[in-house]
Amino acid sequence: MTQATHDTHDASGTGATRGTQAAASAGLPSLLYSDTENELRAAVRALLQDRAAPAAVIARTETAETYDTGLWKALAADLGCAGLLIPESLGGAGASYREAAVVAEEIGRSAGPVPYLGSAIVATAAALSAGDDELLADLAAGTATAALAVPFPAAPGAVPAATVRVGAPRDGDPAGVARLSGTVTGLIDALPADVLLVPADGVPYGLYAVSAASPGVTLTPVVSLDMTRQLSDLTLDGAAGRPAATGQAAERAVGAALTAGAAMLASEQLGLAERCLEMTVAYLKERRQFARPVGSFQALKHRLADLWVGVTQARAAARYAAACLAAGDPDVPVAVALAKAACGDVAIWASQECIQLHGGIGFTWEHPAHLYLKRAKSASIGFGTSGSHRASLAWLADLPAPDAAAGPRGG
Amino acid sequence: MLTGTGTGTGTGTDGSITAEDLRGQVRGFLAGHDPAAIGRLEFLRARFDAGLAWVHYPAGLGGQGLPRALQQAVDAEFAAAGAPGNQPERIVIGLGMAAPTILAFGTDEQKRRWLRPLWTGEEVWCQLFSEPGAGSDLASLATRAVRDTGGDSTGGWTITGQKVWTSSAHVARWALLVTRTDPDVPKHKGMTYFACDMTAPGVEVRPLRQITGEAEFNEVFLTGVPIPDSDRIGAVGEGWQVATGTLMNERVAIGGSAIPREGGIANAAAAWREQPGLRTAGLHDRLLRLWADTEVARLAGERLRQQLAVGQPGPEGSAAKLVFARLNQEISAFEVELAGEAGLRYDDWTMRRPDEVNFYARDVGYRYLRARGNSIEGGTSEILRNIIAERVLRLPPEIRLDKDVPWKDLPR
Repeated sequence: MTQATHDTHDASGTGATRGTQAAASAGLPSLLYSDTENELRAAVRALLQDRAAPAAVIARTETAETYDTGLWKALAADLGCAGLLIPESLGGAGASYREAAVVAEEIGRSAGPVPYLGSAIVATAAALSAGDDELLADLAAGTATAALAVPFPAAPGAVPAATVRVGAPRDGDPAGVARLSGTVTGLIDALPADVLLVPADGVPYGLYAVSAASPGVTLTPVVSLDMTRQLSDLTLDGAAGRPAATGQAAERAVGAALTAGAAMLASEQLGLAERCLEMTVAYLKERRQFARPVGSFQALKHRLADLWVGVTQARAAARYAAACLAAGDPDVPVAVALAKAACGDVAIWASQECIQLHGGIGFTWEHPAHLYLKRAKSASIGFGTSGSHRASLAWLADLPAPDAAAGPRGG
Repeated sequence: MLTGTGTGTGTGTDGSITAEDLRGQVRGFLAGHDPAAIGRLEFLRARFDAGLAWVHYPAGLGGQGLPRALQQAVDAEFAAAGAPGNQPERIVIGLGMAAPTILAFGTDEQKRRWLRPLWTGEEVWCQLFSEPGAGSDLASLATRAVRDTGGDSTGGWTITGQKVWTSSAHVARWALLVTRTDPDVPKHKGMTYFACDMTAPGVEVRPLRQITGEAEFNEVFLTGVPIPDSDRIGAVGEGWQVATGTLMNERVAIGGSAIPREGGIANAAAAWREQPGLRTAGLHDRLLRLWADTEVARLAGERLRQQLAVGQPGPEGSAAKLVFARLNQEISAFEVELAGEAGLRYDDWTMRRPDEVNFYARDVGYRYLRARGNSIEGGTSEILRNIIAERVLRLPPEIRLDKDVPWKDLPR
């Protein structure tokens, strides 16, 4: 039985040193937040509280510009969040997925409509893998925003079949330019992007950088379940693309992007769940019915206690995935599968409880609870459902599925 | 600066004792006390007297008033020399609950009398807290302690009542005992705490057979048991404060070594891999869920250990216990179903008193039954949820009807 020991620590040593030792002694990386990460969190939270207050986020969902490009510029360039993963030599912060995950948590808390996941994580991970220094420098500076052209549900582990074809270059095209045609549906964070990274089939398979403003590129906004991360469908009709990677390097780049996307989306879901729990607890302390605070009813307290337990479990999984990615640990596939499954489930759970326990006000358009429900449900499909991530454990953890050919058990 | 992991190479720059100093002390002690030449108990008593039993305890009481983390270096040095230990797994309640309570609330005389034989294992301790009518609501307990009238000036007490769910009562020399001394005040105020000599007249220990067929626990009947006032721990009427102190120490340490991957689900995973004929699609989905949840719980436990190591004790301990109980129950239930016909058999219903409970050494049926207790013992899952809701989430307390009513007037 595991239960807390409250007297095993002493005052010696610095927190950071002792934390590292504790982690090393167990063979697992530190799952805590460092002082640097906490400082970064505070800065991001202050910005988002100021610029992505619930009423403003709700109002923006019904405007033409559902992404807040001003807020994104402040986050990306002024706070440097676009360049967290990018080396200092290219103008980035040279930080790691640990720090990037903390920013994702904060975005989850605010449901802020910024393309951080699509640009600073997914497209950046692809560009890092492909070694596209030109794009990375622009991303780090905040002068470009990028998106990977894959459907949001694409899960790590299996590179999705490309739906874009590489055609022959046209007369006058500079050397190396390819002409791309085809359609990709359900992109995230592509609407505010300047550069689209498009996986395309041809000889060979490749990942191409396409300027979103160039001729032959059409991005159609989709009316999306998640109003704070609007999807779009991409149609390319002979659009010019610069090859960023070809062959296996391109497949590796797409795979790395999906893995990073799943891991950081898990941290975003963790932040979302935590915020929903906080809002609900605060409301139940204040709301009175039957002449007592609703939060004093044991039936509700137990539900929130269980949810809090779920959040603490999910946090450990999210931290482990971020730490594994940061260290290039071979356990990344298991870690990401665990994190995306745990955090995806807890985000939906928390956002559903948030609406139910707020009662009628939670069902209104005015209250932000629906933003979280929509984001949580949509994110649970993004980069692989919880079920598909657990299913991947069948081979990652050697727990094979029943042999369908063997017929029913006992038969 | 002191280091918790024993990397120091000599006396610290500020003159404090380092792990290396302690290793030197152990080597010096071993030079004068050859474990091969003297008896086990004699060796352990001498180790206690040398301040090398638990270095975080005060000098003269088996320690040197040092940080607890330094104990690891001492234990490792003794283990490396092949010295006999005090078998801590046999005296869990003594080490984990009685000793800290005696240290915090006992008199100097009580500390001198009890701590040495407690640590050496000569005297086993048990805990007489729960009663048939006082489980989760421990403060409603009814075992009466009545002060003797007349007699000498120090006086004494006579105890009458019944306690239950007592591990080790049949081998214990002493018990931590909470009693009701004043029924006329509200329940939290009228309690007094004692050490009860389990060999005293009127103490009767009966095994309490559980659903697994064996008896890990006991019922203890106290019928006119005399306890001298010198064995009272804490002031008369302050038993609840002492008991709360004891319960704060009721813990199963997160321990020195991390659980490996699959730690809690190894049997089920092995059965799945070894017997393809047992697999079904429904069971596969459950197994993947349980495997993932077990691994996430392991990571959460590791995160808790890391928090404790840097001095950020978090409330996640309650979460860990809740999750552990649920997973143990679901995994063992899964195992019974996976086993199919073998799951219909049970290894042994014989009434016995196990010395040690090894959850994983027995068949799936035993694990399934024993796991039902995990969400009851050491704080029910419902009470843990109350604790999380009220102390972590700070939700308003339950409306209480029993706080200001004299104990004798409470409905029961």
